[in-house]
Amino acid sequence: MKVALFIPCYIDQFYPKVGIATLQLLEKLGCDVSFPLEQTCCGQPMANSGFAALSKGCDINFIKNFSGFDYIVAPSGSCVLHVKEHLSNEEDGIEASQIRNSIYELTEFLTDILKVKSIPASFPHKVGLHNSCHGQRGLNLSSMTERMLPEFSKPEQLLKLVAGIELKKAKRNDECCGFGGTFCVFEEAVSVKMGKDRVKEHEDNEVDYITGGDTSCLMHLEGILKRQGSKIKTIHIAEILNRVL
Amino acid sequence: MSARENILNAIAMNQPELAELPVIDLASTIHYEDSFIQFKTVLESIGGKVELISHITVLKDKLATDKTTGNFIVNTIEALGDVDKYVALLPVFDLEKVEKAYVKGTLGVAENGAVWIYESQMINRLIPFICQHLILVMEKKNIVSNLHQAYQKIDVEKEGFGAFVAGPSKTADIEQSLVIGAHGARSVVVFVIE
Amino acid sequence: MTVKHADLAEKFIADEPRTDWHDDTLWFVREKRDKAAHGLPEWEQLREWASQIKNNTLSNLSNYLKEFEEKAAANGIKVHWASDAKEHNEIIYEIILKHGIQKIVKSKSMLTEECHLNEFLQHQGIEVVDTDLGERIVQFRKEPPSHIVLPAIHLKKEDVSATFHEHLKTEKGNNDPQYLTEAARQHLRNKFVESQLAITGVNFAIAETGGFVVCTNEGNADMGAHTAPVHIACMGFEKLIPKADHLSVFLRLLARSATGQPITTYSSHFQKPRPDQEMHIVIVDNGRSKQLGREDFRNSLKCIRCAACFNTCPVYRRSGGHSYHTAVAGPIGSILNPNLDMKANADLPFASTLCGSCSNVCPVKINIHEQLWKWRQVIVEEGYVAASKKISMKGMSFVFSNPKIYRLLGKTGRKVIHFFPFMVNNKLNPWFKQREMPSAPKDSFHDWYLKNRKN
Repeated sequence: MKVALFIPCYIDQFYPKVGIATLQLLEKLGCDVSFPLEQTCCGQPMANSGFAALSKGCDINFIKNFSGFDYIVAPSGSCVLHVKEHLSNEEDGIEASQIRNSIYELTEFLTDILKVKSIPASFPHKVGLHNSCHGQRGLNLSSMTERMLPEFSKPEQLLKLVAGIELKKAKRNDECCGFGGTFCVFEEAVSVKMGKDRVKEHEDNEVDYITGGDTSCLMHLEGILKRQGSKIKTIHIAEILNRVL
Repeated sequence: MSARENILNAIAMNQPELAELPVIDLASTIHYEDSFIQFKTVLESIGGKVELISHITVLKDKLATDKTTGNFIVNTIEALGDVDKYVALLPVFDLEKVEKAYVKGTLGVAENGAVWIYESQMINRLIPFICQHLILVMEKKNIVSNLHQAYQKIDVEKEGFGAFVAGPSKTADIEQSLVIGAHGARSVVVFVIE
Repeated sequence: MTVKHADLAEKFIADEPRTDWHDDTLWFVREKRDKAAHGLPEWEQLREWASQIKNNTLSNLSNYLKEFEEKAAANGIKVHWASDAKEHNEIIYEIILKHGIQKIVKSKSMLTEECHLNEFLQHQGIEVVDTDLGERIVQFRKEPPSHIVLPAIHLKKEDVSATFHEHLKTEKGNNDPQYLTEAARQHLRNKFVESQLAITGVNFAIAETGGFVVCTNEGNADMGAHTAPVHIACMGFEKLIPKADHLSVFLRLLARSATGQPITTYSSHFQKPRPDQEMHIVIVDNGRSKQLGREDFRNSLKCIRCAACFNTCPVYRRSGGHSYHTAVAGPIGSILNPNLDMKANADLPFASTLCGSCSNVCPVKINIHEQLWKWRQVIVEEGYVAASKKISMKGMSFVFSNPKIYRLLGKTGRKVIHFFPFMVNNKLNPWFKQREMPSAPKDSFHDWYLKNRKN
């Protein structure tokens, strides 16, 4: 299966290990992965700040890099949601719409397209899953406590395949962590308070790691954990799924 | 142009293309096997009380006993004896002293514990609200499962006023602590006649 | 415009235990809502019906309003029309003057808050007594409500006790909610008995009958409306619904969404005035017809003011209602208020992480978080954001549109970091205040890929 890998800018720059784990995992599962070399950013930071008009250059570059693939996969629910909802190109409407329909967040790609039933991974630790809002409510990666519909969780379904892992559910399982893009600096006080409250619930569960499908949420939580001198570490779900003892 | 025309014109200009009304399919709404039990359970969970009685005469005695206490008791139900019609014109200053009122309800709603009361059943619109304690009386066969069915049975245009009353007056405005008896009745007992 | 949500929120959060209490209390309400919704297998279907009924209402509003007016007038209700807050207040003032009214009781009406009716009447030397317990508490304290359903939710019982001690001579230090509520009951019963005018809001106005419904738990709307010789009900024109049957859908959703109750204690259906009574309805526009014309934002007018979006909002719970500096706070307020005054409320659509929980709980399916996103675009387009923000966004756009420059900046010490708005390389960087920065790795993923995969 031919897959194009989209590594969002902040993962490329600050968390290359998440990109590496994603690539290795997809290869391990039999995908023929290519990484278009001129990719940068999906444009979400501008668009969510009200500057969607300034994300046109990103759109053009994104389309240039990712046209013609059957599947595009990225280890970030948030960036995938942005592409799905807002990628556009006035000149080449068809290419943009084709991309919007073929881009997948990593975990949904594994459960829905590859239909993964087993993963050769082992992670003997207590882990709390942080559901990112864009992944959960935006991409419908798991059921939501607000809605009265049957329960499911694509990331949990995958984590349960990992040997030795002990999953701990936070009390408010789908509360936002407060990252929110530029919200995290323009609303610093609320953002940090939200993050601290998420961290507290995972601490109460005595987890070793907080994982999730969105590095942006994890970066925010990691910043708080480190400042507090906590022993809890953050780790992207791709790193767990790619981990062998 | 008057404000009325300005507003209506602006709305007519700005409103979107006509969207259809949905068809409300009553078959897909909740129905309870035992509506009475559901009604009782829900009403008691929101501070009310429900008592099943075999015949209205039970209440006659109760009313008679209440009247001997010297408290201001109001009866609006013919089947219980003399109806206190004079309350229709009683000044609020006096109504404020009503200790207990006996009022007939038209129907009860199992899903939420509410009882529908027409103005004619209240005699004075204030009665069910201003009394300290409210006694509601209705027939068991008039308990419906849900509000959709209730609205099919009542006619909101029939009289000048009507209300669903679900239990005693309450508030949680101080620290979300539930307090019964905010402005209206401090207690509501619904007598359901079998 | 000087106060901004972020600054007011920071002040609120400075008292962390109180913030935790506020957050937990509202989360508890959200959980009660979940429980109530779970009790109905048809919950999602009900939301869909409510949404469709409201869509229909908005699409045929001018006709429905005329129908309502005609029926209401035939029932003996006087209907007034107000283009804006000023006209609304003046209509009420005229009625007050005509009857020489001095004693006024008012039950909860967010519209009168929006129109600042109390302040207006105060300027004319007329006092209005708010009769909802929470509203009476904040009125004594000269504060605005912080929540549209729970007006005093920002206060603790100790605060209420001190306020009542001052105004109602209750025992000093007696913080028992039962005791305090009883004191308010006695105090307000006197106000009801002597009232000459009752002002209420309207939860639903029915086009086919000309009647309207007012919902309360306390019974204060009824105590006023059935006592006073004059009753004025104030409504934004979007309170209309087509048929009486539709009340079933909305009343099933309203209280469950608001507080988790199966229905409010009192759902009062007003059809005609009492024989000795005058009944008025004031139908208000105040920017609503303009909002109706904004395709992206018109469905905010479907709102039934249940406040479920407040209770679920992780930002609202931690910043308090006053941080929104408007009559209607929370997520719904953040999509309604920019329409009323874009400049003054330009900060509100940004007071959200766009988590989407608000849209999920909304009983009439308003796409609140999507509208927040869209308002951001409008606000930027209209020029209501700081110039510095615009410059940094332009810089970021330039870098991300040029892969070579992006990689070049990334090369040495991950300099591209400067272009992330949340990583501004500045001593005053708000990120760094309470969080560590991510450490910069030697190689980017791109670098690693070239070394390891590209032959």
